[in-house]
Amino acid sequence: MSRAQVQGVVVARARVAEGIHRLTLKCPEVASSMRAGQFVNVRVRDDGWDPLLRRPFSVSRVDGDRIDLVFNVVGVGTKAMSSYEPGRSVDLLGPLGKPFAVDADFETALLVGGGLGVAPLPALTDELRRRGKSAITFLGARSRSQLYREHLFELHVATDDGSEGHHGTVVDLLSVYLGEHTVPSPMIFACGPTPMLRALGAFAKERSIPCELSLEGEMACGIGLCQGCPVERVGGAKRYALVCTEGPTFRAGEVIV
Amino acid sequence: MVTTSFCLRGVEFANRVFAASGTFGYGDEVLDLADPSRLGGIMTKSLSWKPRDGNAPRRVVETASGMLNSIGLANIGVHAFIETKLPTLRTLRTRIVANIAASSVDEYAQVLTLLDSQEGVDAFEINVSCPNVKEGGLNFGTNVDRTREITRRLRPLTQRPLIVKLTPNVTHISEFARAVEAEGADAVSLINTLVGMAVDIRTGRPKLSTVTGGLSGPAIKPVALAKVYEVAKAVKIPIFGIGGIMSAEDAVEFLMVGASAVEIGTLNYIDPAAGGRIAEGIAAFAAEKGLSDVGQLVGSLKADLSASILQSWL
Repeated sequence: MSRAQVQGVVVARARVAEGIHRLTLKCPEVASSMRAGQFVNVRVRDDGWDPLLRRPFSVSRVDGDRIDLVFNVVGVGTKAMSSYEPGRSVDLLGPLGKPFAVDADFETALLVGGGLGVAPLPALTDELRRRGKSAITFLGARSRSQLYREHLFELHVATDDGSEGHHGTVVDLLSVYLGEHTVPSPMIFACGPTPMLRALGAFAKERSIPCELSLEGEMACGIGLCQGCPVERVGGAKRYALVCTEGPTFRAGEVIV
Repeated sequence: MVTTSFCLRGVEFANRVFAASGTFGYGDEVLDLADPSRLGGIMTKSLSWKPRDGNAPRRVVETASGMLNSIGLANIGVHAFIETKLPTLRTLRTRIVANIAASSVDEYAQVLTLLDSQEGVDAFEINVSCPNVKEGGLNFGTNVDRTREITRRLRPLTQRPLIVKLTPNVTHISEFARAVEAEGADAVSLINTLVGMAVDIRTGRPKLSTVTGGLSGPAIKPVALAKVYEVAKAVKIPIFGIGGIMSAEDAVEFLMVGASAVEIGTLNYIDPAAGGRIAEGIAAFAAEKGLSDVGQLVGSLKADLSASILQSWL
């Protein structure tokens, strides 16, 4: 899990759903050491200082010496990345952060992704399968056209507009599923927008299901230097934890989302 | 071989490039990503007597070629620093400059006295200029009498180099530099961040939780250069130039206008190993110019304005 500053090379770029891009980079250093839930911090351009800061992305999947990053265009950084051509060199810091607790005491992983929160779930699925643990996946999106659903297992879908699957939120979908099925020794792993994580944390607490959330933070460095990405802890001597080095994965109930 | 080292109050530094306070942790966070022995020294994160939680999020915002921060001096406190950080720092082949921030003159004195009793602290940098805390910070740094009082109080407490870090958020920064020089400070460092803000027009709210924060990065380099130039004309003590240095060329500009050394700040967030490369780049530049000592660049700005402007514009 040793982090490094390395050069990745763009192998492919694809539009994989409405507004969603997937960048495949050849980066053996990160591919060989990274674990699901960790992220890389991408220097968007190497010929100037605007945008200035790196952009953090969960590694979506590892395939041999390649890694996938999945993102939508939300600002100048992702806009630039959405036009990267194969062969381009990309400066990365990674792998960074704390991975998902795949070795925790559970049998069935309930993977919950909202919107782009699906990003780390393929890597997580692969790691769970290697450990012989089963995974059931719940994805929420605004609409069918915005679903990225590759490399996932036993997939259940919720859409805000009802264009596919459950018409409603992904947390409702999970609740309905657990009402109809018996899941042995479950644990929830989730990534998505803050309101979803908040609702899911409350749901997990109510049902006494262990739950780990992957948070986003606005960070200048991603390596613990800037102190820019605090999340408030529940109890303890320190008021804040840093999303970049103490997360991005936290147990629900450990922090205030 | 070009000489890169320099001395301050009898302490020798291997070169003139330092990591700026708050941008390199306590000095032990990125040992896997950057070799500190390539730096002249590390300014630690600001240390206070008691631990500080820092400000509520959101603490950082990117702006055009820069960033705003409002960390609020989050730090583990001087006792935890001595117990958990200093043992590792003592093993590093670089100089450690302890940066101190406080909310009273007494607290500055308390923290400095405790650190002065420790092995492994080579010098002090006094932060009288943090824009992001309610007590201390800019209340001290924008008041020349308070700045003078702090320096007067601290000077007799240590024989190690004492550097006072100044804020640009005043009318004449040179007035503050003269005041601390008169009180026996060994050097000044400047500039700390410029007060700035950014607004989220979708919510109609400020982007930072504290409304305003400190602007850093390449956006502030021209301001920083002008402030260093102003101070260099006003005082004889060395200046640590800070503000948006992203390359060896940027650092050389600071040396030319009168800085004896430079601190790399925001760049550490993007490229934590950059400081070492900048130190080597400065030496290479000096060698190219046929100089025997990087120090010959300090204050070498020529007074006559030649016609080279058009070329650099194009």
